[in-house]
Amino acid sequence: MSNLHLIEDVLAKDIEKIPTRKGFGKGLLEAGKRDENVVALCADLTDSTQISLFRDAFPDRFVEIGVAEQNLATVGSGLAAMGKIPFVSSYAAFSPGRNWEQIKTTVALNDVPVKIVGAHAGLYTGADGATHQMLEDIALMRVMPNMVVVVPGDALEAEKATLALAEDKRPAYIRLAREATPVLTTEKSPFKIGKAYVYAEGADVTVISTGTMTYQAMVAAEMLFKDGIDIEVIHCPTIKPLDAVTILKSVHKTKAVITVEEAQINGGLGGAVAELLGEEYPVPLKRLGVRDAYGESGKPEELLHKHGLTAKHIAMAAHHMMDKKG
Amino acid sequence: MGKKLTLEQLEQKAIEIREDIIKSLEHAGSGHSAGPLGLADIFTALYFDILKHDPKKPDWDQRDILLLSNGHCVPVQYVTMAHAGYFDKKELMTLRQFGSRLQGHPERTKLPGLENTSGPLGSGLSQAAGMALGMRMNKDHHRWVYVVMGDGEQNEGNVWEAAMLAGKYKLNNIIAITDRNYIQIDGPTETVMPLDNLKLKWESFGWHVIEIDGNNMEAIIDAAAMARAVADKPIMIIAHTIPGKGVDFMEYDFHWHGMPPNHDQAVEALKDLRSLKGKIRSEHE
Repeated sequence: MSNLHLIEDVLAKDIEKIPTRKGFGKGLLEAGKRDENVVALCADLTDSTQISLFRDAFPDRFVEIGVAEQNLATVGSGLAAMGKIPFVSSYAAFSPGRNWEQIKTTVALNDVPVKIVGAHAGLYTGADGATHQMLEDIALMRVMPNMVVVVPGDALEAEKATLALAEDKRPAYIRLAREATPVLTTEKSPFKIGKAYVYAEGADVTVISTGTMTYQAMVAAEMLFKDGIDIEVIHCPTIKPLDAVTILKSVHKTKAVITVEEAQINGGLGGAVAELLGEEYPVPLKRLGVRDAYGESGKPEELLHKHGLTAKHIAMAAHHMMDKKG
Repeated sequence: MGKKLTLEQLEQKAIEIREDIIKSLEHAGSGHSAGPLGLADIFTALYFDILKHDPKKPDWDQRDILLLSNGHCVPVQYVTMAHAGYFDKKELMTLRQFGSRLQGHPERTKLPGLENTSGPLGSGLSQAAGMALGMRMNKDHHRWVYVVMGDGEQNEGNVWEAAMLAGKYKLNNIIAITDRNYIQIDGPTETVMPLDNLKLKWESFGWHVIEIDGNNMEAIIDAAAMARAVADKPIMIIAHTIPGKGVDFMEYDFHWHGMPPNHDQAVEALKDLRSLKGKIRSEHE
């Protein structure tokens, strides 16, 4: 799609890889320059969440909370009540993992524009193991009324999403990965909260992916093309509000759906799409993701392989889906 | 605010507020009795003397902030707000009912004048700390954040996270008031989870602590004035109150923590309050 300005060759061996958290750090620094009400809070993870760029530029607008995630969310709530746009960051395992109730009561129900930044989410957390591989965050945040949930696909999109969230008045959660992942988009690629993008057009199966999994879906599209199967890849960086229009338009055409996420499919993107299709347009659906299990130590590639989240797995699922369609 | 009330007028106002707490709780048929009655003097002092606020302009950007951290005590806040002119007293009879702005636990987005949403305990002080930091960033040097907390809620770890942060940043624009009534739902605080020595705890976290009789109007107003003069620390006023204060059969009895009076009990409670003839004498005098 030309107006999406994606990179030319997703199969390039030298594809640039940058962690989405780096894009966030850059975006927050820029948001801080644009609006003096943007402030940042961190729970003793300033460098690894990349909030250090903001801290060094705006020390008076940075609050070091210490290892106290309940306080992180609620101090953010207080700052928002004073007209600030607080970005509160930690690892996703701790925020929203530990402070869900504080986020619900003092941010979401209270309806103030606190931005929860969950770094080191998903299987890309790798060697740290199950405690730190937050897989439930999408589900936790998606069930909260008023909450926007964003999972950027690459570092450039993370930067744009951060700037967009800084200008948005709603409470929001943004999910970031630790390891470097391929950059699919360019400076000119669009990002709008609540919008899903058709990255590859096809009439056979709709593949809806979020976060870093969109790269795998795009590689799968190339593989399947050789097999004579045209998948339509929808990159869905906003899980909530879900872009039902874009999804349903595609599904009316393909009548078969695969979802891909490196998170629990229960309640995650897979859950969201299943709910939408169940009510609006029931068609065969395969959800790829972590199936009711915890993570473990290992290289991200090993973990993606174990949980069936590589391009090859997506291609295989598409073949099965074609068989099912008959 | 208009002309300030005299001490005698404030004490009379606190009795009227207690009467409306009893009436609205009886009408609601559920809710907490002991805490709101014990806090009536503190809330009267706050809304009618201490706070810089304007009931006609709840969004006034130079107002002081009042947070209620132990949201279950909100009946005393609703009643005091109605008496202060935020809304018509008739609305008090909608407490806890479907469609009411007076939710069982306070919701900021429902009622102008409420500054936070609370109920789940232990988060009010953190929000106060965020607001105090925000006021500093905004260079609002003549505003204060008052936060009323329960003693039982100080079982929550979140409270001590906030205590550390306010101590670290020397947030002297926070004036916290602990309703030290020594009861919580399961019984006496010192049996459920001992808190004493509470004064030493707060001092060790870098706070300036003032201990008062929280049912003595003059002591409350004096303590707030002293608190505003502290230059380099956040301030904790430990206000010793009597749960159920003013209603003989409720006083000191933890069973009244989470119960409303039925009709007969409400009649008796109102009789108790009226027999005080507008004067609640401090037990500590």
